[in-house]
Amino acid sequence: MSEVRDDRQYTETHEWILDNGDGTYTMGISDHAQALLGDMVYVELPGEGDEASAEDEFCVVESVKAASGVYAPADLEIVEANEALDDEPELVNSSCYDNGWLVKFKSDGIDGLMDAATYAETLD
Amino acid sequence: MKHTPLYQAHVDAGGKMVDFGGWEMPLNYGSQIEEHHQVRNDVGMFDVSHMTTVDFKGVEAKKFLQTLIANDVDKLKTQGKALYSCMLNEAGGVVDDLIVYYQDDENYRMVINAGTTEKDIAWINAQAEGFDVSVEPKLDLAMIAVQGPNARAKVYEAIPGVEGVAGELKPFNSASLGGLFIARTGYTGEDGFEIMLPEKSAEFTWKMLMEVGVKPCGLGARDTLRLEAGMSLYGSEMNDEVSPLEAALTWTVDLTDEDRRFVGRDALEALKDKGANNTIVGLVLEGKGVIRDHQKVVTNNGEGEVTSGTFSPTMGKAIALASVPKGSEGLCEIEMRNKMVSAKIVKPPFVRNGKVLV
Repeated sequence: MSEVRDDRQYTETHEWILDNGDGTYTMGISDHAQALLGDMVYVELPGEGDEASAEDEFCVVESVKAASGVYAPADLEIVEANEALDDEPELVNSSCYDNGWLVKFKSDGIDGLMDAATYAETLD
Repeated sequence: MKHTPLYQAHVDAGGKMVDFGGWEMPLNYGSQIEEHHQVRNDVGMFDVSHMTTVDFKGVEAKKFLQTLIANDVDKLKTQGKALYSCMLNEAGGVVDDLIVYYQDDENYRMVINAGTTEKDIAWINAQAEGFDVSVEPKLDLAMIAVQGPNARAKVYEAIPGVEGVAGELKPFNSASLGGLFIARTGYTGEDGFEIMLPEKSAEFTWKMLMEVGVKPCGLGARDTLRLEAGMSLYGSEMNDEVSPLEAALTWTVDLTDEDRRFVGRDALEALKDKGANNTIVGLVLEGKGVIRDHQKVVTNNGEGEVTSGTFSPTMGKAIALASVPKGSEGLCEIEMRNKMVSAKIVKPPFVRNGKVLV
């Protein structure tokens, strides 16, 4: 069964978002998403200071099987991208909620996210 | 969905089961990349029981196969010898690619693809009209491919008696042991055996192989291995509308004997005179990313299309087979997710016997 962490929120497209409490958020893909995609071989990340509008595709995660866009959950500005993924994209598989995070960004707020319990129900 | 006799073994081993042309088959058992390396570096096994074995028997078996397929079974002179070929339609398109194993002039065995089985059997039966040959699909046979540098040694260890009959087999040869049919063939670019056996023995044999350390591998690794080995996949590199001359399979077509009028020969000869426009080449991506099927390719000689794209675990780079205008060479560009990315045109295979060749 896929792991869902209670400390963060989720999107319908299987990303997780962790509110860092200082106006920044950390984002990654859920355990369910990484399992579905399989072995990750490349992550295309935005640069620090890049901006994205809500629903823009601003990252791409590529597994052996498929490329999958990651969409901005709100208007946002990138604070940091996880450069470790350049050399070790497999961190997204082995540690999707910790070392395999994708980006940190600033945003004025995000609407329409699911809490962990609601997200877990969508996976049944 | 259809199940092979090893279905339960896959589920028990944690196989991620997917629909593969109507068969519920394991894509991987955890990590496709680890399974890939397992085969390149040691040994792995694949359930390929979904593929179909067809036996041909009768006084005109040889004559029939000389009409049915584009390669010439007259090349097969010793018992157990194998030949790769395509069978063609009248227009020269590929009905399927296949392997024929020789027993004697009145007994041949053929292995065809899973997804094309119904079409193939109907086609073969239609062509067989008027020949003294019986066409016998063996739907009750399982098939296990054991592949990797240590594959043969592990098979000898797991299955008593095999070394005695298959220990001296050269590549592309086969032998029988009771109900087992053991061929030194494969679809990975590594050494190994493909073993056909009664479905009742499949699970036991699979477990014996696991006991000696042969790891199950899924269809995901099978595809990256065959692609690194530069081997064609029916439906990707060729199909009913693509001839072997356009798919870098000219070597599988034998036009030597002018009296051998196999199906599709007229069309192939006409195409040969005119000159085929396209061929299959290999591509190695220069930058990061993964090449995907059907992406557009722009070469020095015009436009083409990726027929099979993936990430090569052995090379750590994206690779592909692509159909491009003949004479394409040097660097090309691939349209990937609305960007043009540079790739190098190479001659497959990319990897054979554990070594990178491009």
